[in-house]
Amino acid sequence: MSAEGGLTTAGYIQHHLTNLRVGEGFWALHLDTLIVSGLLGLVVFGLMAKVAGKATSGVPGNLQMFIELVVGMVDQQVKDTFHGKSALVTPLAITIFVWVFVMNAMDLIPVDFLPVAASAVGVHYLKVVPTTDPNLTFAMALTVFGIMIWMNLKVKGFGGYMHEIFTAPFGAKLAPVNFIFRVVEDVAKPISLALRLFGNMYAGEMVFILIALLGLYQLPLALPWALFHILIITLQAFVFMMLTIVYMSMAAESH
Amino acid sequence: MSINATLIGQAIWFAIFIWITMKYVWPPLQQAMAERQKQIADGLAAAERGKQEQELAAKHAADALRTAKEKASEVIAVAEKRAQQIVEDAKGQAKVEADKVVSGAKAEIEQEVERAKQQLRERVAELAVAGAEKILKKEVNAAAHSDMLTSLKQGL
Repeated sequence: MSAEGGLTTAGYIQHHLTNLRVGEGFWALHLDTLIVSGLLGLVVFGLMAKVAGKATSGVPGNLQMFIELVVGMVDQQVKDTFHGKSALVTPLAITIFVWVFVMNAMDLIPVDFLPVAASAVGVHYLKVVPTTDPNLTFAMALTVFGIMIWMNLKVKGFGGYMHEIFTAPFGAKLAPVNFIFRVVEDVAKPISLALRLFGNMYAGEMVFILIALLGLYQLPLALPWALFHILIITLQAFVFMMLTIVYMSMAAESH
Repeated sequence: MSINATLIGQAIWFAIFIWITMKYVWPPLQQAMAERQKQIADGLAAAERGKQEQELAAKHAADALRTAKEKASEVIAVAEKRAQQIVEDAKGQAKVEADKVVSGAKAEIEQEVERAKQQLRERVAELAVAGAEKILKKEVNAAAHSDMLTSLKQGL
């Protein structure tokens, strides 16, 4: 903690919550979010692809068994909830669960380890947990939103989709009301997805930072919070995945 | 918190990872899992079939054993009957043989008796002649008395 001695409490917190940014205005990039999430994704999905490429239907090795366990759990959720036929939904759900989980898990690394290591090599700002950046959560939520609309169009066709938007749930006579309802319903989906993940992880990170401010007393506090946080990490990854599956199944079925 | 171009970058990362999962992670894993499931199902079915076959074989074996036992007892019964018959036959033959021997012996004895009688007759005539010679102290002409001797022989 307080490795940057001389900082105020507010300054310490502020420092931890500042992204490594290049550029100005809208075209600014949060390099730490992009690099950490990208590296984690490349490592995890590269490993999964490597294991999957050598996957045997015989007795699986430990790593293959573990990956099959995770992938099989996600697939079971998809089978239980999504009744349409799509080659996309299961890979999408797997990607979300695994990626969000590993990004959230960065929270378990003590808050000062990586920023201090980074400042030692001249990088002064580093926000380690990518899911505490709303850019990431909104990017995922909007991508899911786009896939959802694509799924609607693919399953129902343009006519069918429009018909559903303007006639459900009150019938053709109340078409404007139906439309407004539908817009509110659909816009709420990506916003709730993005803000739920962001809020949970941001708050969790904030608690870690506050605990880190306590000096030596952080030791008996950081551990139980980290243990609780394991639940939050997994739960948020699961919720994001589950809601995505639900939205996909709503898109693939008529009202 | 500020929304900026990072969002676009993250969406690209997300799309790349979805593509990797869709192309390189999920299909081979799904195939391997489905294949293993099928192998296990086949194995269980084969085990079930094997068990049924074994039960069937056990039933066959029991049937065969019972048939064999029935046949064996039949054979034993036939053999016993045959043995009894043989014994009966042997007894009958022996009796016939014995009867034959007995009757032969009887006939022989009768013959012997007859012969002895004959000899006796001959000897009686001689004795009578000898006795008469002694009585008469003179030779008697046997031929002269042959009629009387013959009648004597027949009278015995």
